Amino acid sequence: MNFRKILFIAVFIAHGLFISPVRADHLGLVSNSCPLTMLNGESAQKLGELKGKVIYIDFWASWCPPCVKSFPFMNQLNNELKDQGLHVIGVNLDEKVSDAEKFLERYPAQFSVVADPSKQCAKELQVMAMPTSVIIDKNGKIRHIHKGFRPDESEKLRSLVTELLQEAPENN
Amino acid sequence: MGCVNVAVWERGNLAKPSMDIDPNPLQSDFQAHNYSSREAAPSHKSSSGGGGCGCY
Repeated sequence: MNFRKILFIAVFIAHGLFISPVRADHLGLVSNSCPLTMLNGESAQKLGELKGKVIYIDFWASWCPPCVKSFPFMNQLNNELKDQGLHVIGVNLDEKVSDAEKFLERYPAQFSVVADPSKQCAKELQVMAMPTSVIIDKNGKIRHIHKGFRPDESEKLRSLVTELLQEAPENN
Repeated sequence: MGCVNVAVWERGNLAKPSMDIDPNPLQSDFQAHNYSSREAAPSHKSSSGGGGCGCY
């Protein structure tokens, strides 16, 4: 293999590894395929409008026991880090809105709660577990997908979010 | 009917306690214990040899 071939392959790999992910606009794709609504059915703010913030999207349902444990963590995360640019969104996937409302009466959320009535958003993000958290950085790139929730994982998630908040956004 | 994949957001009804294979295990155990000690044939649920004596 001559030097030019090796150089071409090296540049190709470098492009794949370092350049493309930075420019990846997952948020734009997710935003277009997520017709989120408020629990009362009114249309919710589009995810794309949150670009520049670190977004913590949590898919939850009222019947899911680990979701009960994740709510206090997300309340705390939102209260502590929203001023630094974090936006926590809980996307409800219940089949009946009344189930979600009962859950929220019992476990109040101090962050945005929306619904995904068509489940399009969950399908697009290939949600395989309940809850599933998707963490998007300031550039709109999905940086972490976390399946399930155990209280001993909260510190790891918090430090990841804190790291992402400290990153400077790329100028596109 | 073959096996189907149930999406995670469609598992709300399956997650209800009433959908458990044995939703009331304590009650089931009591019933099995009483029943087996009173029936004529011996049962794997009871240490008694059957005969319907009501022995425990």
